[in-house]
Amino acid sequence: MISVKNISKFFEDIKALDGVTFEVERGESCAIIGPSGCGKSTLLLIMAGILEPSEGEVKVDGKTVNSPLRSVALILQDFGLFPWKTVYDNVALGLRLRGVDRKTEKRRVEELLKKFGLLGFERAYPKQLSGGMKQRVAIARAIAIEPQILLMDEPLSSLDALSREEMQNFLLKLWKETGTTMVLVTHSIEEAVFLGKKIVVLTERPGKIKAVVENKEVGDESYRHEEVFFERCKLLRRIIRAT
Amino acid sequence: MQASETNYKGYLITLLSLLLLWEVASYLISNPALPNPIDVLALMLSRRGLLSHTAMSLLRVIYSLALALSLAFPAGIFSREKIVDTAISPVIYLLYPIPHIVLLPLYILIFGIGDLSRVLLIATILFFQIAVTTRDAAKQVSDYYIYSILSLGASKLDIYRHVIIPAVMPKIMTALRISIGTAIAVLFFAESFATTSGLGYLIIDSWSRADYKMMYAAITTMALLGFILYVIVESIERRVCRWM
Repeated sequence: MISVKNISKFFEDIKALDGVTFEVERGESCAIIGPSGCGKSTLLLIMAGILEPSEGEVKVDGKTVNSPLRSVALILQDFGLFPWKTVYDNVALGLRLRGVDRKTEKRRVEELLKKFGLLGFERAYPKQLSGGMKQRVAIARAIAIEPQILLMDEPLSSLDALSREEMQNFLLKLWKETGTTMVLVTHSIEEAVFLGKKIVVLTERPGKIKAVVENKEVGDESYRHEEVFFERCKLLRRIIRAT
Repeated sequence: MQASETNYKGYLITLLSLLLLWEVASYLISNPALPNPIDVLALMLSRRGLLSHTAMSLLRVIYSLALALSLAFPAGIFSREKIVDTAISPVIYLLYPIPHIVLLPLYILIFGIGDLSRVLLIATILFFQIAVTTRDAAKQVSDYYIYSILSLGASKLDIYRHVIIPAVMPKIMTALRISIGTAIAVLFFAESFATTSGLGYLIIDSWSRADYKMMYAAITTMALLGFILYVIVESIERRVCRWM
């Protein structure tokens, strides 16, 4: 379980986050949504143990997070992949840093590349890939270290509408298969409703919790076409608009 | 600017046009101060002495480049660390704008009239060019790359190995290419004074003896030297920065 308690963050004089508190159950998926510049990404970096909060604390399974945890993987929107590494080396990086032996590494990476439809692109560099493929490589790299918690910062924002929907289905499938706890920062209402069993709505800067919306129906691709889905989107839109 | 594979034709045409222009100019002016390019090329191929002067100059340039790079690379890269930056930056910023070329007499006084003072002079100038570029490039590496690798469990050393060094490589290669031009220019100056070896010496010497053919042969060789080094660095760059 991830528990975010009373997190505030200042960058010099600017307050980015203000007393943010919420919890994500083990194996749950949580979407964090809010206007640009509301500190969503900062919140995610704090949860990952990369940035230190100015006040408050993040606990994972009861333990305070103060450095990157081995059980947590992070996917950042534009800087996730290293352009100077091939697809193979990108995916293998986490394993290599953990000192996994080459044989296990090779087996694991090849398995993932196959699963993610990236076979034959091992030696390609990120700039040779389409947006959707890049995202799959980024996700493959995060999954390679078998994390219990997957933190994602707008992982799909650079994709066109169709590949975006495809990747949302892909993430949903991944979540159901692996049982990973997922936290997804997004600025898309539909994405939040499609993927977040719990939706945390943040206010404009400084980011405060505006609402936490339960969205239990998440879990099936067809949810996208159901009446409840549209109602939930409308509700979320109203909450975000309200002042 | 990088040469693409298909551009070699363009280089050949340019080279031939230059030679033709030289030929025509020398024919029209018909002055011993502008000899015929064919005579100059023939002299370049026949004179053994030219080769040893060229080797000397080449060695000086390579030593200077190696020395400058081996100091400027770590100094630039580790400027990301606050302690290093506080120590190095003021030194670089105070000393960089000074025209280092005026140090030659001083270097000769301190290090003698041998090769050491000449190599050091070229290396000093290259050091600043490479260090400043590397430092700026290292500082511009996005924090998000660092966050990304930190989340995978990277140590400080891993950050340098997997992020900082590969990220600054293109800038370093550019700095190296620019350095070659500078190195050759400074080489000429460093060899034009109190020495009896190197292409710079040969140019000044044949100039004073009014041996214009030899002077042109030495100038052309020096130009070729710069060109070949440039092409070598470029091919290394293409290999190292394949991902660009």
